[in-house]
Amino acid sequence: MKKKNLESTFINMALVLVSIAFLSSASLAYVYKLTKDKIEVSKKLKQLEAIKEVILPDYSNSPSEEMYKIKIEEGGELECYPAKQNGELKSVAVKTYTKNAFGGEMWLMVGMLPDGTINKVSVIDQKETPGLGTKVTEEKFKTQFMGKNPSSFKLKVKKDGGDVDAITAATISSRAVCDAIERAYKAFVSSK
Amino acid sequence: MWKELIKGIIKENPSLVLLLGMCPTLGVTTSALNGMGMGMATLFVLALSNVAISLIKNLIPDKVRIPCYIVVIACFVTIVDLSMNAYTPALHAQLGLFIPLIVVNCIILARAEAFASKNNVVMSLMDGIGMGLGFTLSLTLLGGIREILGSGSFFGFKFVSENTSTILLFVMPPGAFLALGYLVAVVNKLKKAKA
Repeated sequence: MKKKNLESTFINMALVLVSIAFLSSASLAYVYKLTKDKIEVSKKLKQLEAIKEVILPDYSNSPSEEMYKIKIEEGGELECYPAKQNGELKSVAVKTYTKNAFGGEMWLMVGMLPDGTINKVSVIDQKETPGLGTKVTEEKFKTQFMGKNPSSFKLKVKKDGGDVDAITAATISSRAVCDAIERAYKAFVSSK
Repeated sequence: MWKELIKGIIKENPSLVLLLGMCPTLGVTTSALNGMGMGMATLFVLALSNVAISLIKNLIPDKVRIPCYIVVIACFVTIVDLSMNAYTPALHAQLGLFIPLIVVNCIILARAEAFASKNNVVMSLMDGIGMGLGFTLSLTLLGGIREILGSGSFFGFKFVSENTSTILLFVMPPGAFLALGYLVAVVNKLKKAKA
């Protein structure tokens, strides 16, 4: 190797490392500022779309403006978006989560009828294994929850004695979805 | 100069010949699109970090060169992560976990240490782009093979009916090893035939 590098004295090393770290963080701060709004907007949009996707189409209010919080057993709150027509509650979208997913947390939007029957499910945020766990976001998996009422439909994968068909090689992700829906259902039913 | 660009694509293909960066190679190639997205992200980081490192190579004292490289690389990876999140949220959601892991992808550090720290900026840029292209190509190829065999589709376009059973094994981790093994064998055979 050519020997024209700076000498490895203590001061040189400290100076170089500090200045590189400083430059990097400065440029990162700049990029963060540039992309922050964009990321927030796309997140909001995604959430709005998810709400629209899971509630019944006949509503005349703005669910996101009438958002209220419902309590869950283990403490904490979930966001609940009511869809009403002429003041009558038609369906709700509950933003729920689970901490037992393969990649840590997973966030879902669960649409339910006033009696707790599941209308539709949408995954908003997940960190599952691409190609395996991410299949929980696909229609094939999600449609099995449609029109089921958790009071009679056991929200557990078949392996655990429930009624849900798990995804091959992604049992943990499937369990996580069940857990999240269960949380939303319990919170919504007990809030009434 | 063109030699530096082309060598990464076949002769020194990072994942099929040098067998570097196996973690993303095996991990994200469940579909052709995932492989390509990961390859492009890596290409971008590789080209930029090679340029940056060859620019500052004379300022870096030998004993702290690895930490310096890592900081530079991590910086570019975070930039890619943020911009993908902002402009291609769907792809970002798919690759999520693997983007930050580009930092520890050994191809990038290897190119920084073996090439960028000894060559000028233009050469380093060419090397970065070439290696990145080679990586993208092999990931797309591997992803394509696994997607065709495992899900019966290519770039998300399904060509078998919904109920046809596919070789699910190929979407799962063992399938990655199998497909990669055969791909490496084919590349070796081709290289031998040429020599």
